[in-house]
Amino acid sequence: MTYQTVSAFAQSWGLVFLVVMFSTAVVYALWPGNKNKFKKAAHLPLEED
Amino acid sequence: MNSTLTANRDSGGAWIMGVLFALGSIVSLLWMAKAASPELAFHAFLFFAFFTLGCFVLVKRHYDMAESPAVPVTGDDVGYMDGVIRAGAIASTFWGVVGFIVGLVIALQLAFPVLNFDLPWTNFGRLRPLHTSAVIFAFGGNVLIMTSFHVVQRTCKARLAGGLAPWFVFWGYQLFIVLAATGYVLGITQSKEYAEPEWYVDLWLTIVWVAYLLVFLGTLWKRREPHIYVANWFYLAFIITIAMLHIVNNLSLPVSLTGAKSYSAFSGVQDALTQWWYGHNAVGFFLTAGFLAIMYYYIPKRAERPVYSYRLSIIHFWSLIFLYIWAGPHHLHYTALPDWAQTLGMTFSIMLWMPSWGGMINGLMTLSGAWDKLRTDPVLRMLVTSVAFYGMSTFEGPVMSIKAVNGLSHYTDWTIGHVHSGALGWVGMVSFGALYCVVPIMWNRERLYSLRLVGWHFWISTIGIVLYITSMWVSGILQGLMWRAYDSLGFLEYSFVETVEAMHPFYVIRALGGAVFVAGSLVMAYNLYRTMRGDLRDEAPFVGAPVRAPQAAVAAGE
Repeated sequence: MTYQTVSAFAQSWGLVFLVVMFSTAVVYALWPGNKNKFKKAAHLPLEED
Repeated sequence: MNSTLTANRDSGGAWIMGVLFALGSIVSLLWMAKAASPELAFHAFLFFAFFTLGCFVLVKRHYDMAESPAVPVTGDDVGYMDGVIRAGAIASTFWGVVGFIVGLVIALQLAFPVLNFDLPWTNFGRLRPLHTSAVIFAFGGNVLIMTSFHVVQRTCKARLAGGLAPWFVFWGYQLFIVLAATGYVLGITQSKEYAEPEWYVDLWLTIVWVAYLLVFLGTLWKRREPHIYVANWFYLAFIITIAMLHIVNNLSLPVSLTGAKSYSAFSGVQDALTQWWYGHNAVGFFLTAGFLAIMYYYIPKRAERPVYSYRLSIIHFWSLIFLYIWAGPHHLHYTALPDWAQTLGMTFSIMLWMPSWGGMINGLMTLSGAWDKLRTDPVLRMLVTSVAFYGMSTFEGPVMSIKAVNGLSHYTDWTIGHVHSGALGWVGMVSFGALYCVVPIMWNRERLYSLRLVGWHFWISTIGIVLYITSMWVSGILQGLMWRAYDSLGFLEYSFVETVEAMHPFYVIRALGGAVFVAGSLVMAYNLYRTMRGDLRDEAPFVGAPVRAPQAAVAAGE
């Protein structure tokens, strides 16, 4: 395993992996079906002392 | 919860812990006998005292429990573990005051060098890490552990996991603090900024930190709420990342097992990059992610309304952790680090504007429609001001990471000013706000001893911060410009000592700002102490300030 192979892997598959992961998180946050779930979650701090 | 198990449910863990502590005291006793230096022998003694006292407490607890009958609890009672939170609130306040005072001492030393006293134990070089570790790790760390134990229990509606483990985390962390602090004064250091403790203290912190991670994960695992509230994500990112950074940055080989000295596994520019990968992410995940968790719980709690946008908070979280980890190389501009790595660090630092400001807007806009509370609740005012300081210092940081700006700012007091607008304004103020929220809840008081004193604390510390950061801006830019000034023949215009002389007035102003900030923290300590005792100051109330009633009405905007 040389520096070249590691950096080639990081610049191709590593990049794809991070972009996919981040996109998944954004899609999850904006998904219309999650609206009520998030609305309920946002009230969690107000429930218990 | 099975009622017969309630009172002694933590016993299994207690036996294992007792055996490990007994072993620990024997090993540390032998280590003390073999120690190569008196300083290390002293540290071995601290370990010995910790384990022995631990054994004593466990045995006493065993007999106390045998005498008292099991207390049955009703089926719906979660039985929150609040003792460790109360201990955390006291420890946070104590270490905060200590850390601020040491900061004032070294600020005065810079203005008046005679205060070094020509003694090894009191010189600036040893007291400076004492200050940084005391405020970041002792004060900030205790605030984070304490609030995370509070937030994770309340938002998961579950008791802390791991039996006695949360207490081990608390006391183990205090031992780490005492080992680190006494080590600096006695001259034990591995000379890595913000990671000065030597190998054996690092190993101890690793054990404590893994226990902390397991307690936190275990509590999430037991949760009775289907959704994990966003503040817990921030706490979890903070705990995991700090574990990773701490272990990698401290990879080293001790010279001998009975000596304090060790050598890092890295050398040259790799060592520098590892150091700043650690150093900057300590800022990103300890001083930012952890305290953002506080923002996401205590601002909605105190404002009595949900966070402005829960969706934005999720995007805030993921973009922050995806970007922060790459920003470290901006500490190494114009060094032996390859140019592409410097540019990468700069680029990611500038991209950080977006999550930082997204998060700041989310925190501030939580008050949308309730801005009048800023006038009527000084605790909320403190929390909101901290978020404003967060916005300001996360704007300044990326500006300073731009190479051309860094050429002027690096190694000057501008950096010190920037760090303190974040540390005093953001971390300090949000921690004070959280302490003012937690103490009345944990001691079951109707309100704080005095909200008027919180108002005083707010203004005193704000004035102190403004004195501090403005004097350091002027001093830093002055210093940077004097260093680079040259005359018509190409010679440097000023000698180094001339720049030092020029900065003297600003050092005095900075020390004054520090003294004012310390005074504010003493006002807080007094207020919290009286609140713990259960006193209520007879004073004109703020109209609209929240008074705790059981199950207060949930957000008006629902």
